[in-house]
Amino acid sequence: MEVIRTKVSGSKEDFRAKQLSAQQMLRGDLDGAGLEEYVEKRLLLTKLQDAQGWARKNAIWPLGFGLACCAIEMITVIGSPRNDLSRFGAEVIRFSPRQADLLILSGRVSIKMAPIIRRIYDQMLEPKWVISMGACASSAGMFNNYALVAGADKFLPVDVYVPGCPPRPEALMYGILKLQDKITREPELGWRERYRADGTEEISDAGPDAPRR
Amino acid sequence: MSDYREREKSISIGTIEEEPVSGTRLEPGVADDGGEERGEAELLTINLGPHHPATHGVLRLLCTLEGETVRNIEPIIGYVHTGIEKSCEDQEYWKAITFVERMDYLSYYFNAYAYCSAVETLLDEEVPPRAQYLRVIHMELNRIASHLFWLGTGALDIGAITMLWWALRERDLILDLFEMSSGQRFHTRYFQVGGVMEDIPPGFEAKLREFLAQMPARVDQYEALLDQNEIWLQRTQNTGIVPLEKLLELGVTGPLLRAAGKPWDLRKAMPYCSYEDFDFKIPVGTVGDNYDRYRVRMAEIRESVGIVQQALDGLPEGPYITGNRKVALPPRHELATSMEALIHHFKLVTEGFRVPPGEAYVAIESPRGELGCFVLADGSAKPARVHMRDPSFVNLQALKHMGEGTVIADFIACLAMLDPILGGIDR
Repeated sequence: MEVIRTKVSGSKEDFRAKQLSAQQMLRGDLDGAGLEEYVEKRLLLTKLQDAQGWARKNAIWPLGFGLACCAIEMITVIGSPRNDLSRFGAEVIRFSPRQADLLILSGRVSIKMAPIIRRIYDQMLEPKWVISMGACASSAGMFNNYALVAGADKFLPVDVYVPGCPPRPEALMYGILKLQDKITREPELGWRERYRADGTEEISDAGPDAPRR
Repeated sequence: MSDYREREKSISIGTIEEEPVSGTRLEPGVADDGGEERGEAELLTINLGPHHPATHGVLRLLCTLEGETVRNIEPIIGYVHTGIEKSCEDQEYWKAITFVERMDYLSYYFNAYAYCSAVETLLDEEVPPRAQYLRVIHMELNRIASHLFWLGTGALDIGAITMLWWALRERDLILDLFEMSSGQRFHTRYFQVGGVMEDIPPGFEAKLREFLAQMPARVDQYEALLDQNEIWLQRTQNTGIVPLEKLLELGVTGPLLRAAGKPWDLRKAMPYCSYEDFDFKIPVGTVGDNYDRYRVRMAEIRESVGIVQQALDGLPEGPYITGNRKVALPPRHELATSMEALIHHFKLVTEGFRVPPGEAYVAIESPRGELGCFVLADGSAKPARVHMRDPSFVNLQALKHMGEGTVIADFIACLAMLDPILGGIDR
């Protein structure tokens, strides 16, 4: 991860002058040329889509959902004072899939558990994202046997894979930062649009007119 | 539809046809909504889990409720079944350590010790005293870390959210120590057959002493927060009591059994790994309620700090792994000068060591109770069978007896104080 540090330009007096003009602006004292100058200096123009993406990436609500060992490290990321996830605006853990928009698959996905995970994923509202945390969720890891699904991406779309067994908390946080990049850059809302997955809808037993998942 | 599928149906509503079965412990004041109308009361079966914040993993419980009173609990397990025991049969003895560690993922040092010790029994291999002491240090630190995680999440279930931040703060310090000695926070694979992977690095001792000096004061802090909290006391005291005889019948071990007043601790009852050298006490409870379960674990943290202190003070000099080159890898520097060491290294890494036919069962005291490991050897380099007697699996049976007849909120507290680890239950 690249960290760029820039020195804040301007002296204390400049800062004070800026503060004063902002106060005047709020009071409505600025007009004419002063107001023009203020607006030119202070205004930032962007697209609504970009602003929306920026807001969305800093307000991820993860689902409180743990599977195995990685869940402990996930809780460490959220709960430990050392790696406070609220720095990235993602500390609001929701236990209802209806209120969450990020599913962190933390641990091994057994064949018995896969339909339940898929159901939870289907219950989440768009836009929604999935992080596959650890080797097991990504590829069954070291367990190459009868019990596990070799990779959660066999039954739901995964946005970010975090390697490790289990990944360090820093690794998961890096994964969340990567996801934030993705959210700002790819504003497509539904995962079918995001991954061009039209035509893969399941047709329920109720007939073709029933709502599709 | 099979009987099993029938039971898996999530929600069903039926009416009581007969009086509640005898033995339900209805307390006065609880669900006291008119005795004569009970004949018409509805039984509601709700599904708790496998995705539920209070189930500590992917445990699924079918609860039958009458109003708010729990009438029946049926745990359904297997949602994180990984086939670890079967996978172990495909691995050489030294590779299977990595697998067994991932069963009960909060007590990985204990899993590794139980397995390594069983293999050492089969090989008739002596473990050097320094390795035994290093194992004790790591296992007791792991016990503290496991109890801290239980404290954080258990208190969270009852609504005390601060405990999670506090307990994880100290837990991170322990994981730092694990990282120093083995390079991993989790699943360290530090224990080897015949000893440990490496000696503790310089600086480990100072850091450990720093931790040991501050830990008792931190436990005081936790207790100051919880023991004077009226909500905590009311939620835990006199809830989830199971008689000692019932626990013994079910085979429950660990803090649950000790909270009911039975001082059964394998570290004292059948000392292993030179536990007989250390002076420590077994905390026991008197009532056997959730509060005693909490107190017993807190006292165990203090005792573990004492054991680590003694082990660190009395850490003997000497090798950290057995000198038997047929079992343990030769030191790295010998590979450049000794042809024999190179051959041993090659044989161990490619084929592993062979274990004479036989079977061994080793039981140790994990943070949750008696953790046993059974290894069957057929003379090849791979175990013919590895089985773990996981305490969480056995202790889960007590949940029915803890929860039935209480209100559902107390039942959540019972589950929190039971401390089941689903990775260990399902394996």
